[in-house]
Amino acid sequence: MNWLYDFSILTQSIHESLSGNFESGTVLLLEMILAGVAFMILFALLGLVLVYAERKVSAFFQQRLGPMRVGFWGTAQTLADVIKLLMKEPLMNKNADKFLFNLAPYIIMIAAFMAMASLPFAKGLQALDFDIGLLYISAVSSLGVVGILLAGWSSDNKYSLIGALRSGAQIISYELSVGLSLLTIVVLTGSLQLSVIVESQANGWWIFRGHIPAVIAFIIFLIASTAETNRGPFDLAEAESELTAGFHTEYSGMKFAFFFLAEFANMFIVSAIGATVFLGGWMPFHIGGWEGFNNVMDYIPPIVWFFGKVGFMIFMMMWFRWTFPRLRIDQLLTLEWKYLLPVNLMNILVMAFLVLMGWHF
Amino acid sequence: MEEIIHDQELESKEYFINMGPQHPSTHGVLRLVLSLDGEIIRKVEPHLGYIHRSIEKMCEHDSYQQIVHLTDRMDYLSCHINNEAVCLAVEQALELEVPDRVKVIRTIIDELTRLSSHQLWWGVMGMDLGAITSFLYGFRDREMITDIFEETCGARLTMNYNIPGGLFFDIHPNFQKRTKDFIAYFKKKLPEYDTLLSNNVIFKQRMDGIGKLSKEDAISFGVTGPTGRASGFSCDVRKHHPYMAYDRVEFKEILDTKGDCFARYKCRIAEMWESMHIIEQLIDNIPEGDYKVPTKAVIKLPKGEWYQKVETARGEFGVYIISEGQRSPYRLKFRSPGFSNLSALDHMARGCKIADLVAIMSTLDLVIPDIDR
Amino acid sequence: MNNEEIKQFILDHVAEAECMEGSQFLQVTIPAEKILSLASELKANPNTSFDYLFCLTAVDRPDHMEVVYHLKSTTHNHQFVLKAKINTRENPEIETVCHIWRTAELHEREAYDLFGIKFLNHPDLRRLLLTDDWEGWPMRKDYDDPINMIAY
Repeated sequence: MNWLYDFSILTQSIHESLSGNFESGTVLLLEMILAGVAFMILFALLGLVLVYAERKVSAFFQQRLGPMRVGFWGTAQTLADVIKLLMKEPLMNKNADKFLFNLAPYIIMIAAFMAMASLPFAKGLQALDFDIGLLYISAVSSLGVVGILLAGWSSDNKYSLIGALRSGAQIISYELSVGLSLLTIVVLTGSLQLSVIVESQANGWWIFRGHIPAVIAFIIFLIASTAETNRGPFDLAEAESELTAGFHTEYSGMKFAFFFLAEFANMFIVSAIGATVFLGGWMPFHIGGWEGFNNVMDYIPPIVWFFGKVGFMIFMMMWFRWTFPRLRIDQLLTLEWKYLLPVNLMNILVMAFLVLMGWHF
Repeated sequence: MEEIIHDQELESKEYFINMGPQHPSTHGVLRLVLSLDGEIIRKVEPHLGYIHRSIEKMCEHDSYQQIVHLTDRMDYLSCHINNEAVCLAVEQALELEVPDRVKVIRTIIDELTRLSSHQLWWGVMGMDLGAITSFLYGFRDREMITDIFEETCGARLTMNYNIPGGLFFDIHPNFQKRTKDFIAYFKKKLPEYDTLLSNNVIFKQRMDGIGKLSKEDAISFGVTGPTGRASGFSCDVRKHHPYMAYDRVEFKEILDTKGDCFARYKCRIAEMWESMHIIEQLIDNIPEGDYKVPTKAVIKLPKGEWYQKVETARGEFGVYIISEGQRSPYRLKFRSPGFSNLSALDHMARGCKIADLVAIMSTLDLVIPDIDR
Repeated sequence: MNNEEIKQFILDHVAEAECMEGSQFLQVTIPAEKILSLASELKANPNTSFDYLFCLTAVDRPDHMEVVYHLKSTTHNHQFVLKAKINTRENPEIETVCHIWRTAELHEREAYDLFGIKFLNHPDLRRLLLTDDWEGWPMRKDYDDPINMIAY
């Protein structure tokens, strides 16, 4: 069971057994396919689990039971929904731009896949470990807005167009806050590489070690990342009571499912980034100097820590969604440009000053 | 640079959007044609009639007992109060004095209806603003009232409990106990409404100063009910022209002066407290007696005309009966509160954003069958 | 003002008005041509100030049309019923009051839709409840609809 604590043992053994049988070029190809398949499975599983979780969490907040009929406690409900969506007829407006209309869901999915590729799930379990990993993720995750804009533009529906334009304005604004709040921690770590960021938290997570500026950055990240994923209370792009369904009004069947899935995947990705940067990623809860305590914590495998933290973040986002009313577009932009951004910039300065003076733990 | 902009005609143009008849927040089949400049509303034009059943024409062929049932199908959320309006008009024309017991029971059920209507409004209001949880909360509490209704008269929505001359049946023996249980329960739950929505920063920002309606405009547009009272228009029929047992209970007419969405919201929340207060005064004092006075099987009103107004959850509901002495009215007009309230929508929504329009519509609390009739 | 004074007030302005004490309200019938001048006077005069039009409807009588205005003053709390009599059933016409009481705009559209009464100078007189291509005026007594018959 050692591999559960260090996945490089597992990946190494796979690599060695493959190398024993094939040439190096083939090995690379096979490994790429393996990783790709693994991500697809993860993606599908995430969709299944998160949709079910969302329904159960919302049911919990609304004093009801949620899905209960299909499977034990409704666990197979999402599966049934997938089958339903597969059977549905894909419809399109007569005047819709066919090519862009069909392209849009894939762009969103691809953006989500690309971002997921560089997440450190556990020790040694990371497909791509760039030295600019954080920059890469924030760049790629904002690609999704292109898909939303295309979907809104090509649907030939004014509701979709309004939704897409709202979403464009929103994501471009909140991208700033996400980036800046992450930078606040990068000032501490001195590196953009995700594995290094995780390793640097071996003596305690940054949210605890970074004084108040880290906490502020975390809160800003939580708000801004919720906005970036287009989830309530920032779901203006879909705003079902105003724009029927916003940018995906005209989509049905599997293409709609892609948007739906991408939303949950994006939620997972931003939660994973938050967990990695602020809450130590797969790093167990350590307190610098307390060896005994740290050893006890190490018994829990890193992958459990990672998914636990991500789960916590996702729960927070669901909590927001099912509690708050939606903002209006001007309030949304005011919140970003007049409050979050100035606070964020000041916060970075304070953090830089702290690091310069060596006052952090 | 300026020339280029001018050449390409980059100035903004108005465009139109069809909101409804199938739209999540028009609460039925209301169709609004919005003229928009970006997200800003320049004009709202309501197109009605998608659920027009010509109830007034049908009434011209129906007996008065039958007309009562048709009123259920207009404002289905305050159906009991609608029924009562017709019954009161007929009783007034026949100069029929109903027993005290009927008066008290009708008043209690009126107020329960108002409560249930406001609960549903509160839930839907939250949902329109994106807080879906409130919808379930509102329905959870409304369920208790509909249970009481079901036990009393067998129906949960269209109750048909009133008939000219009294009530269909006497109340269920459990009625008093269950109503008291409900009041005790809801007194604990109503503060929860405030913690979930009223005190929420986002909610306040969405509502404050949106959709202002001055007192003069409210009167001119004939906007009544909590919507009118939030603008300072004292229009509570229960106070001004007391009917049934409203003259013997003590309650406040909720008035506000701001006239914006939040004022309308607060008015309705405060009305729920007042309704509970009214029920509390009456529930232990239901006098003994008959639950109806006998009327003839075929009611023929004398020649003449009568106008009876009552206060529904949405405002002043009026029945105008012109009788020629026949078994059916010569002409019957329902003055529905939603119809007049809707006429102010354009005035309130101009210059607002689409999201504000949704908020304004929810605070108007429109019920479309009530508007279309 | 009590009913007697309202009656006097109206008779001062419209000499041919017919007043009747109904079971409930004072009912005053005036010729349709006088409606605009009387309505603006009723609203503007501080002694009457009928600022709240709570019901506007039309009635189809065998030989004439009536437009019925239920008026109330929110300051003086008095109310009465004003009826404007249009002497023809073919092409009935009457001046609009929707710039005096703005609620009249939709109510008049409804009356036009169902009774075919033309409200002159109305800003937007179109069918309200029925479709634009509907033929006839359904609330009139002689309206015949062989498809959607009302059986009784």
